Amino acid sequence: MTHASTRGNALLALAALAIASMPFWASAYHMQLASTALIAAMFALSLQLLTGGVGLVSLAHAGFFGLGAYSVYLIGPASVALTLPAAAATAGIAAAAIGALALRTTGFFFLMSTLAFGQMLFFLFHDTPLGGSLDGVFIQRPDLFWAVPKAARPTVFLLLNLTVLSAMYAGLWRLMRTLFGRALLGIRANEHRMRAMGHDVQRLKLAAFTLAGALAGVAGHMAALTDAFVSPDLLGWHRSAEALLMVLLGGIGALHGPILGAFALTLLEELGPMITERQRLVEGAAILAAVLLLRNGLAGIRR
Amino acid sequence: MMEARSLSRRFGGLLAVADVSLSLRPGELHAVIGPNGAGKSTLVNLLAGELAPTEGQIFLDGTDITGLSVAERARAGIGRTFQRTNLMLDMTVLENARLATVIPFRRLLRRADRETVPLAAARRALQRVGLPESALARTLSHGQLRLLEIAVALAGQPSVLLLDEPLAGSGAEDAAPIAALMKDLSREHAVLLIEHDMDVVFAVADTITVMVDGRVLERGTPTEIASSAAVRDAYLGHGGG
Repeated sequence: MTHASTRGNALLALAALAIASMPFWASAYHMQLASTALIAAMFALSLQLLTGGVGLVSLAHAGFFGLGAYSVYLIGPASVALTLPAAAATAGIAAAAIGALALRTTGFFFLMSTLAFGQMLFFLFHDTPLGGSLDGVFIQRPDLFWAVPKAARPTVFLLLNLTVLSAMYAGLWRLMRTLFGRALLGIRANEHRMRAMGHDVQRLKLAAFTLAGALAGVAGHMAALTDAFVSPDLLGWHRSAEALLMVLLGGIGALHGPILGAFALTLLEELGPMITERQRLVEGAAILAAVLLLRNGLAGIRR
Repeated sequence: MMEARSLSRRFGGLLAVADVSLSLRPGELHAVIGPNGAGKSTLVNLLAGELAPTEGQIFLDGTDITGLSVAERARAGIGRTFQRTNLMLDMTVLENARLATVIPFRRLLRRADRETVPLAAARRALQRVGLPESALARTLSHGQLRLLEIAVALAGQPSVLLLDEPLAGSGAEDAAPIAALMKDLSREHAVLLIEHDMDVVFAVADTITVMVDGRVLERGTPTEIASSAAVRDAYLGHGGG
């Protein structure tokens, strides 16, 4: 997996500054939309650790996102200092347990087993009283150390989501430069040889799967915090597929690809209905064109 | 020292390796030759842990390693190369060799560019085979890729080297330096060589084991093997080269 160049990181920093300045020039609606994109970017970025980092394609990832979101509901009114680590830990523990079983398989069978585990998590919240209601439940937002007036929420959540995404990106950027990151890339390039060289491939993959799950839980937590609403739909497999689409659109080979992909897809979902009622058709055509024309995704345009 | 005792491996009705015993000693290059289908590659895969033996045991420095996985055996000191180039082609030559050093889990969060042990081991291995560090593996010639196979195995600092047809697909111009390298490596490592190029085998081997139909037909020095009537009949008669 490549990393953004110094220039690429500078452009990302500029984009982050532009988002941070939105409270001065954008409407509350557009700030909420940007928050949606930032959360989608966190989710897709967490998946990139698996897809671009180790070469694993998982359909259980939305399950960990949903677990993070539902942690907020299940804990009840509490400080974000408790709900955020709890969401990450819950999703991480679930990912460790699921990964320990699913990673015994490879390729197509891994994909199918993650689909099965992901759907188990979905039905856990959809078909049992645990999730509160089939249609979702409104929740009380975690306490943010200070009282946030209703009018200031879009601004506060925008800046908060931007901070969490930036921290997640910086953390993964550093992680991929460690010996652990290099070993993951080695597995992605040639798992068989890595094993023959003596690497504990299974353990490395499980560590990546667990960390990616915990980060998806953080993204889910931020979604619950921003929307004050959780529903079983958050855990559906189509959400995992959507995140994979963001990774693909942005570029599997680049760490910052999913961020670009998440913003592009959010924008596409916003602009699609303006062109036609059949917005999925527009989205589908745009994604198809991007995948066919941009071999390395959006991140590969200026490489 | 690595020792295989009465190794057998059955695939359904086929006995690919039958009651094979051999020893690999430091400072010795032990070549295993035989016609196609003789069980040479199966033997390497049994020693490396890719396959479990149906019967028999494998020892490394007196310890029974028969139940160890591929990775565990590699960490115990068994390095190997592959018949078909098996590398990280989109990484540089140096990155390929650096990955050969296995770092304990607790130290994995250190920055890769500050960790000197893998770098030093990789550089030593690459200097030994004479490959450019910064080249992308994909851009190397076939002969250079075969050398990188050996360098990657070497960078893991093994005590035993299993070389599975290191000259596969190489021309005469690539064969000479690789043969010299193998001879050189056998001074410090216990080396097992599977090879079809008989000129190279007879030039570099200290001991030769001849396998036919999964069994050991003959074992001896190159001179003894060259003069063996049984080998001439059974092996050269197969036209295995």
